[in-house]
Order: sequence, then C-alpha cells, then structure tokens
Amino acid sequence: MTSTTARAHLIENVSLYGDTTADLVLAGGVIASLSAADAPAGAVRIDGSGLVALPGLVDLHTHLREPGREDAETIATGSRSAANGGFVAVHAMANTTPTADTAGVVEQVWSRGREVGLVDVFPVGAVTVGLAGTQLSEMAAMANSRAQVRVFSDDGKCVHDPLLMRRALEYVKTFGGVVAQHAQDPRLTEGAQMNEGLVSAELGLAGWPSVAEESIIARDVLLAGHVGSRVHICHLSTAGSVEIIRWAKARGIDVTAEVMPHHLLLTDESARGYDPRFKVNPPLRTQADVDALRAGLADGTIDIVATDHAPHPDEDKDCEWGAAAMGMIGLETALGIVQKAMVDTGALTWRDVARVLSETPARIGRDAGHGRPLAAGEPANVTLVDPAAAWTVDPAGTASRSNNSPFGGITLPGRAVATFLRGTPTHLDARLTETSTEGAPA
Amino acid sequence: MTGTVLGAPDIARALTRIAHEILERNEGHDSLVLLGIPTRGVPLAHRLAARIGDVEPGFDASARAGALDITMYRDDLHRQPTRAIGETTLPTMGLDDRTVVLVDDVFHTGRTIRAALDAIKDLGRPRAVQLAVLVDRGHRELPIRADFVGKNLPTAKSERVDVHLTEVDGNDEVLISGARSATDGERA
Amino acid sequence: MRHLLDTDTLTRDEAIRILDASAQMAATQEREMRKLPTLRGKTVVNLFFEDSTRTRISFEAAAKRLSADVINFSAKGSSLSKGESLKDTALTLQAMGADAVVIRHWASGAASRLAGSGWMHGHVINAGDGTHQHPTQALLDAFTMRRHLVDDSAGKALDGVTVAIVGDILHSRVAGSNIPLLRTLGAKVVVVAPPTLLPYGMTDRDDLDVHYTLDDAIEAHDIDAVMMLRVQRERMTGGGSGFFPSPEEYTRLFGLDGDRLRRMPDHAIVLHPGPMNRGLEISAEAADSPRSVIVEQVSNGVAVRMAALYLLLAGEEAPQ
Repeated sequence: MTSTTARAHLIENVSLYGDTTADLVLAGGVIASLSAADAPAGAVRIDGSGLVALPGLVDLHTHLREPGREDAETIATGSRSAANGGFVAVHAMANTTPTADTAGVVEQVWSRGREVGLVDVFPVGAVTVGLAGTQLSEMAAMANSRAQVRVFSDDGKCVHDPLLMRRALEYVKTFGGVVAQHAQDPRLTEGAQMNEGLVSAELGLAGWPSVAEESIIARDVLLAGHVGSRVHICHLSTAGSVEIIRWAKARGIDVTAEVMPHHLLLTDESARGYDPRFKVNPPLRTQADVDALRAGLADGTIDIVATDHAPHPDEDKDCEWGAAAMGMIGLETALGIVQKAMVDTGALTWRDVARVLSETPARIGRDAGHGRPLAAGEPANVTLVDPAAAWTVDPAGTASRSNNSPFGGITLPGRAVATFLRGTPTHLDARLTETSTEGAPA
Repeated sequence: MTGTVLGAPDIARALTRIAHEILERNEGHDSLVLLGIPTRGVPLAHRLAARIGDVEPGFDASARAGALDITMYRDDLHRQPTRAIGETTLPTMGLDDRTVVLVDDVFHTGRTIRAALDAIKDLGRPRAVQLAVLVDRGHRELPIRADFVGKNLPTAKSERVDVHLTEVDGNDEVLISGARSATDGERA
Repeated sequence: MRHLLDTDTLTRDEAIRILDASAQMAATQEREMRKLPTLRGKTVVNLFFEDSTRTRISFEAAAKRLSADVINFSAKGSSLSKGESLKDTALTLQAMGADAVVIRHWASGAASRLAGSGWMHGHVINAGDGTHQHPTQALLDAFTMRRHLVDDSAGKALDGVTVAIVGDILHSRVAGSNIPLLRTLGAKVVVVAPPTLLPYGMTDRDDLDVHYTLDDAIEAHDIDAVMMLRVQRERMTGGGSGFFPSPEEYTRLFGLDGDRLRRMPDHAIVLHPGPMNRGLEISAEAADSPRSVIVEQVSNGVAVRMAALYLLLAGEEAPQ
C-alpha cells in the first residue's frame, strides 16, 4: 500500500522538465516545496544533479494479463516492471480471462493493483461483452464501480461494427468516458502476419495492409464528430493514420491518438529473420511510417506515447512466425526509446516528454492526481530520468514475467532511475540508494 | 626446395614404355580400355591410348579411353571442403568383359585406387583391372600395387609431388618440393 | 553451403555449381547401378508438417541413392501444438543425430527458424515453407530449362532465356523461389497473373514484366519456357474472399491450351510443378504435348536433390 506516512525525500539540484534546476521536497505524499530549505529533518537526500524530473509517467495501454494468463504476467510483476520504467500509473487492458467486461472483474483488477501498491492500476473496461463485438458491456456499472473506469476498449480486437461503435461513442458520454479503438479491419487482415509491403512479399508472410487501420480510423473520427463524442485511437502505426488524425483535429473532432515506442524505432525489415519477437499488432511498418509517426508526435498530432506492454510466455514466441503470439513487452524500455528516437534527435524536449508520457495520458484517462505539474502542493508523483545512463537491454533482466522484448542487445541512452508514487519510492536505482544520505542539508 | 624430377622427354619416354608393357602383358589390345582418373589421369589415359594406337593400327584410341570420376566414392569426403564432382565418360566399348587399365598421375596411399575400384564395380563387370601410374611415390596405406609404373620416386611423407601436364597446366614436368606448410593438402 | 533455405541468398556461382552437380547426379541415374556410397553413415530426416508425398519421396529417393539413412517424420500438428512441435521435434532430431533435415512446413520461415534457432545442429533443406519458398523445386526447374534451352550447358546459366510464370504468384512458393533464382541466372522473367494473385509491389519491379492475361504475355514476348502454377482450389471462390470469380474465367484468361502453346515459339517448353489440375490451368493437350517436360521435371528433381544433399553433407563438418 502507498502511504502518506512514507519518509520524506529531498532531491537536490534536479532539473525540472529538463529546463529549470530546483530541489524537490517530497513529504506527506505531496511535493511540499521546491526549496531544500523546507526539507524536514531526517529526509532522505538524493543528489539530483544530472537528472531530469518529470511528473510520474502514465501508460494508457498496458496488458497485465491477470486474471487468466498469470504465466505471462501478473499485476504484481507488471506493476514492478512499470515502476522500474518510471511509471506511476498504468491502464490495464480488458482482454483478460475472464474479460474485464463487468464491474466485478474491473474491481478485482483495481483492488489487486492497490494491494501491490507500486503503481496505480486503472482497469480498462471492455466495450463489448467478451470482446465479441456484438453487445455493449455494462460500461456504466464499471464506471460507477470502485475502479471508476473511464477508458473502454476491446483492444486486441477492433470494434468493427459501425453501428455498435456509434452506440459506444454515444454511451460513454454518460460518465465522461472514452472509447479507445483498436483500429483493424478484421476482413482486410484475415491471417495477416506482418505489414503488407515489399518485405512481406519477399518473406511469403500474409500482408497486413495500412488501409486496414486507416479505414477504421477514418470511419471512427467521422462517427465521433457526428455524435459529438471523444474517441481515442490506439497504437497508430502508419503515415496515413497520422494524416487522418491531423485532418480530424483540424476539423475540431475530439480525437486523441497514441503511438508505441516500437513503432518509433523499428521497421518491417526486422521480420527478415522470422524471429517472432518482432511480431506485433499492429505490425512494424516501413521507415516512411516511422518518420511520419515521429513527425506526428513532435507536432502534437499524436497526443501520447503508450507502451502496449504485451507479455507472452517464451513458448508463444519460441516457434514459427505464423504460430507465434503478437506483442512485445515495453514498460522498462519505453522511456529510453522515446529519448533515443525523439529527444536525442531534437524532435521533443523533456517538457514535451512530460506531456506525451504523463500529462496527456492522465487527462485522456481522467486519472485524478496524475500528470500534474511539478509544483508545491501537487501529488508527489515524480519520475527521475538519467539521460546519460546508457544501458543495454536484457529482456531477461526486466521485472516482467515475460521476455518478449524486441530490443534485447540494443543500447538505450537513458532510463528512469527513480519513481515516486505519492512520495513513496517505488523504484530507486542502486546508485541513488548508495549515495543518498539522511538528515537535513548543511 | 623445389626440383624437377622428370622433364617432358622423360615423361614421353615413360608413357611410351608403359604403352608397350600394357600390350605385352595383355597379349594384344582386343579387350583393352583405359580409364583416367581426373584430373591428370584423364589426359594420361588418352596419351597412352594414342601410343597404343600408334603401335596397333586396329586400336581406335578415341573409343578406348575414358574418364572415371571417383569423388563420390572417396572415403575422406568429410575431411575436406566439398569437392566438385568430375565427369565420368565411359569408353564406347563399355566395361563389361574388358580389361580396364586405370590411369593416374601419382600413386601414393592407394585410397584413390580403392575408390576407383568401387566406382568400376558400379559401372560394369570388367574381366580384369590393371593400374598404370606415371609416378609411384610410395607410402601405401592399402594393399594395392601398380602394374605399370613410369617412375618410382622414393619420397619423404612431408614432401609433395606435383605432376604438370600440357593439357592441364601448359607444360610437362614432375616436381618434388619439401617441407610443406601445414595447410597444403595431402595428395591421396 | 550450410543450409539450403531460399534462392535469394544463392550466388550465381553457387547456383551453377548445384546445376552442374545435378547434371553429374543425373548421369549416374542412367546407369544400371544407380546407388552411390557417398553419404554412407549419414542420416537424413524428412520432416513433413504438411502432406506432400511427391516431394517427400523425391528427397527419399535422392538420399537413398547416395546411401544415406532416411527417417521419415510426419508431424502433422494440431493448431494448438503447432509452435511446440517444431522446437520439440528439432530437439528430438538433434538427440537422434540427424545430419540433415528436409523440412516441409505450413509456416513461412519455418526452415529458416529451424536453421537459425540453435535447436539443432544439422543441415537444413527447405522443402517448402508456407507461401515463401521451395528452393529445390526452383533448382530442378532451372536444371530442366538449362538442359533443353542452353547448348553445351555445363557451367552455364540461363542468360537470354525468357521464362513466363503463370498463375497464383501470391501464394506460390514455387514462384517465390523461381523468380529470384531465374533472375540470378540471367533469365528474363515474365509474370502472368490476375492482379489479385500478385504480391504487393510486383508490378513496380523493373526486373520483371507483369501481364494480366496469358494472351498478352504470348503477344509481347518470345517465351522459351512457360511454367504453369497449380491453382489451389481453396483460392477460387468463397464469398468475398475468392481471388477470381470462377474456374471458367480463370481458364479463359490464364489456362494453357494447345492454341496458346502453338502461338509460342516452336522450341518453347512447358513446365508444371505438379500435381496438375487438368482442364483448369493446363489442358490435356498442352500437358501431354511433346513440348511438355513435366514428367522429366520429376526425375530431374531426384538428381537436383541428390546434388543438394551431396553439397551440404559430403564436405568437412563445420565446427560446432
């Protein structure tokens, strides 16, 4: 359990958002002050020099697999992995067994998250019963449950029926919810294995055309505009999707969109070795798509980065491409990839990173207490980033129960070295532990 | 450490002598065919056939000489990089009930000849098989001996014997070189 | 060569080397005694996750004629156990000491996965993986074409030869292997298919000519060899998923009959990987014409597979 009685922390000389240097005094679950002089006696002192402080990261798209696939991940291991990656809150997708389509299941996930206490686990409710795409689930019951669900998604499957999608978009207005659409036309992607393009043609793998994603997004932004609701588009993967979102926003449609770290870094060329670690839904696309996604994220067309952390046990990846499960773990690599792809290339500042990895996802998810400014009186949800702590990814070395990262062996430029959830350190790099001292500043 | 042990005239004399010996041993040429083992046994077989034809007008040299590739019968395939398969060309007379004279350039361990005997067995049933070699350098590893030898050449195991023939190498000579480096292949 | 997984990675020299070795193997198959001792003591496993009696017996004959021991392993997995069975089977084969594994699998990339996974050490020959490749089929096709269309063919490629490949290019591993190999060997490749059965981007390639009807292709090119692909019954119809409206329409646009054959050059040969749908992609007249080399393809298949096994297995063992 998080607790307001956690020991106070003083983070000295830390760069807020990468632009102003200050001290952060975390006490009583809030940011008590930006001045070391206000630190209570006995506060744990952390040398923040060289570190960037961001509001604690929020992931709008996580698969924790519990209940049902505890062999792949549990709420406990997924929470641990999230905290290690700098996250203070995650939205747990509904495609569990049983499906999170009732108040009972979402409350179970929510309360298990509270017990673990490493991150705030916000359950995502299913739009349709059993993700079957035929009947709306009791979304209001989930919204009014203790879990207070605000994000609804059939992620893993597309809400394909246009009439059902319209009803869902309208219905969530009742409680200020949002439908997060997994945009994938099922007919255009029957048996699809990877991006349809020159590489799929060469490898003999059934193609997954961009239009299967783009046609659904185009329909859904028009529907959202028509019924005056808001819609969130999961995991954009194509240049065309970025264009459609840009167009929709220009028309004033209330649409938000997310991109995954792997779609900012990898292309369909990765499939050449038939290594299923690179098999993911939506698939890795071309370099032109990667460039468009980066540009879209930089200019605000794409609102947020989310992980789509999708753990799978080894046996689901240690096989033929065609038999393998789709998905990648990503909670612990997300920040480093965003730095590599966006910050170190000059496309985003750290203040922008705060926006796309904390403030906006919290706003879309209506997550009270998250994505708040680093200011006195705000909840002490803080992530410390060391942008110079280059590290080589070892999938077996993460806290996730699964190892299906496509980034094994890749060097990332930086990482989260500390995560505070309401003032309690949920992740504290060994280096900081060793150098932290107790007592008031001299 | 390289020296010529046989020059072109020596090789020519040796082949002429062998051609006569073959005729004498077999009391004529009626059933005689010659099979050269690639690479350099093949031109040697053709030269011998031509010499026999010079002596015996009824002997059609082109119909009596052929090539016998033994690559797929070797017992040392797994010790070497994959070898290209050579061509096997049987004399038009075939092998059944013929006297086959196998022809090779250097006679060493005897393993090549063993492989050749296996290969012949799959191609027909000769009445007899004889062996003619240009150089016998010794160091046999199998109980096989040559019927006709151009030159007996006592060598150390570490020495290397190279036969050059005009048809393959542009000139005729037999070279011996010593103290080979460890990476040189052993000629079987 | 360590494995034979696809034809993209074969160099021109390697491909010619295989064709030349195939010619020598074919010569041994005309003898009374066709068995060679070359691979005595080696074990070749035919690992077939998909039924293909023709391909399996061709590999079996090739291995046996080189005196290898052959183990046939049919592992038709259920959809649930598909993934596990490849890895576990590979571990089993490794434990049994397989020197080479000939694998036929429904999944594209399965042979590559087997070769690169570290699950087993033996040589891998791809005998057809999903809709990807079937390299020995392409090699036997090239060998057959070289025999008929190239004079004094030893050591030569297929430069200047025009080959038309007709049919379901999208799903055909035969086309998938033939196109890169023919390009490597210098042949001109003409692809004939309905647009629905062409892989993404093929019409943009400048090293291929694409036609949407067989008549257009015959009109535009002097075709030396025409390769008719088998139409898979399940691709034909079925709601909105059919790739063409009806078998009759396919035959009208893409079927090879006597009339179309007569409009090709007199020396043009007809190939088909088999088994044929007579009356659909090829008429009986074309299939049984003197210009058809379809039966010869089968015997050449054994020679090519002997060559592949020889080149993979006869050399010195690579360090483990």
